[in-house]
Amino acid sequence: MSSSHQVISHGSPLSPPTRRELIARHGFFNWFFRTARGDAPYQRVLIHLVLIAACVITVYPLTRILSVSLRPGDALLSTTMEVIPENATFAAYYNVIVQREFLIWIWNSIIVALSGSFIGVAIAATGAYAFSRWDFPLKVPALIFLLCTQMIPAPMMVVPIYIIAANLGILNSWIGIIVAYSVQSTPFSIWILKGYYDTVPYELEQQAMVDGSSHLGAFYRIILPLSTPALAIAFLFNFTQAWNDWVLARVMLTNDLYYTWPLGVNRLQGQFTTLWSEFYAASFMISIPVLALFLASSRFLISGLTLGSVKD
Amino acid sequence: MERFTLGFVISSLEEAGSIILGIVLVVVLLQVIAYVVLHHGLKARLALPLTLLVPAAVGLAVLTGYPLLYNVWLAFTNMSLQHISPHVDPDFGVGQFIANIRRVFTRPVLHSEHFFPVFGRTVAYTALQVTFHVSIGLFLAMCLNRRMKLRGIYRTLILIPWAIPQIVAVLTWRTEFHFQYGFVNILLRNFGHSGFFWLSDRMTNWIAFNLVNIWLGVPFMSVILLGGLQSIDPNYYEAAEIDGATWRQRFRNITLPMIRPVLTPAAILGWIWTFNMFNVPYFINARNFESSDILVTALFRAAFEYNRYGFAAAFSIVVFVILLIFTVFYVKISGLELTKKASQKMK
Repeated sequence: MSSSHQVISHGSPLSPPTRRELIARHGFFNWFFRTARGDAPYQRVLIHLVLIAACVITVYPLTRILSVSLRPGDALLSTTMEVIPENATFAAYYNVIVQREFLIWIWNSIIVALSGSFIGVAIAATGAYAFSRWDFPLKVPALIFLLCTQMIPAPMMVVPIYIIAANLGILNSWIGIIVAYSVQSTPFSIWILKGYYDTVPYELEQQAMVDGSSHLGAFYRIILPLSTPALAIAFLFNFTQAWNDWVLARVMLTNDLYYTWPLGVNRLQGQFTTLWSEFYAASFMISIPVLALFLASSRFLISGLTLGSVKD
Repeated sequence: MERFTLGFVISSLEEAGSIILGIVLVVVLLQVIAYVVLHHGLKARLALPLTLLVPAAVGLAVLTGYPLLYNVWLAFTNMSLQHISPHVDPDFGVGQFIANIRRVFTRPVLHSEHFFPVFGRTVAYTALQVTFHVSIGLFLAMCLNRRMKLRGIYRTLILIPWAIPQIVAVLTWRTEFHFQYGFVNILLRNFGHSGFFWLSDRMTNWIAFNLVNIWLGVPFMSVILLGGLQSIDPNYYEAAEIDGATWRQRFRNITLPMIRPVLTPAAILGWIWTFNMFNVPYFINARNFESSDILVTALFRAAFEYNRYGFAAAFSIVVFVILLIFTVFYVKISGLELTKKASQKMK
């Protein structure tokens, strides 16, 4: 990004000149705008400013959630922009937990998302292994079919699943939604896991089989433990899909006892003239654990999501 | 009002536990049957891999294949709410299918909105969004791709929109677009503008959901592209700099070609995800303006607000085919190879 190409000559090769020495030698103006080994100082300042602006834009809504959730009842509809409002109170948190079905929603979401992703990853792990290690008829069309299912708009699947579930009488129960969640991410998990298995050399299994293990035994004892990162990515991906799903839950679950958090929070928000702080308190409590989990595993997760397509 | 009690926890654990146990039993049973039949019955060479594939194949067949076929069947009927309870079989026939498809293109798909305006808006929105995601994402990634202080913190903070549960993010934005109390307008008033009717004006509502979608989509794209930039060998840049290449030349001749293997799949994924984005256009559209609907939300409304299932099924097939054509076209011109090579052969 530099337009100037002067290179500062270093006084001694052992100790590079300090910032103070450089300013003394070149004058502040020259130092700030013209020195260009890497980035000139003014470029660094600009870049920091750009990034700070970007961070403010990305973070501000979250601080806003926190600040509105802390507002006392008589200041719900104020127009202040303070992060910690005057007379901050946890009343909204208390109300949401004690007087609303918040805990039920969270509990339901945890149950549905955990069971769905557990089954989903188990199914995908073995299926992907077959895709990675053997050639069988229709393998490439099957892989392309799996990819195409990712393009199906959600409502397209929801219409038939709703009618089928209505006819089977499993609309307000766990069975319908758990089975649906466990399969909805299977194609993507298979792609991720296949990509990962492909990087594990086949010699490892051969070695184990020479030592007397069965092929399946080699898979469970060697390949699965080696693939923990990919399994974790697939699990996390399945989990988020189920955890954040609104469309399927909205159609399949109408009984309050089965509400998952997206339905519950949507309802809180629907009554929004009175319940701003409660809606924000619920949102904040839901976001923080997910946020922590995602940011902590982001490096891992994002590289994993592109692994299947990028890797040679 | 339901209470979160121990009894409730235990009963829901029992229900979920028995379902998981049931599914695991079914899966194991299926695998044993498949293996016995294939290995001992048919003496098939590929008995083991096919057995491993059985659970995924059955699951996908039951929950993806069957609904898809059922969807096609629905498109050949005039199914609506009155055929579900009490259960009355709808009319079935090729005539119904042709009528449904004709209805998609010639009659309003919602109350008054026709297909082609919605389609045009969807394409415009998708193209706009992907362009913004990639260009802003690449810009931020290039800012982050250097040795600098606070880099880890910037990267983490920029990722926040991606990490917040999407429903929370979208509902929050919807609340914050409130004319009087939302922070967007409060902020604008601080700068002397009187604020926009984000939720109750058609044009600004369209802009509002586009802004939210940019906010949501850029972080993921920029971190993916940052990964791509980091894999470029810095020696290329050093050599180019010694040869006197300007930053524009370095960008065009080194950066762009080197991150193509990351950029192309990311852009294709972004295209599909944006085209199929449901939450943002559906929830930011608080007044249910048909003019803010894209194909996917229009599809949902046609099915679950107007309850025209047969028509919605035909509509969904049209939408899916459009996306498929776009994607195949995109994959072809970008020269992306989906399946590299067959895996290692086994004896």
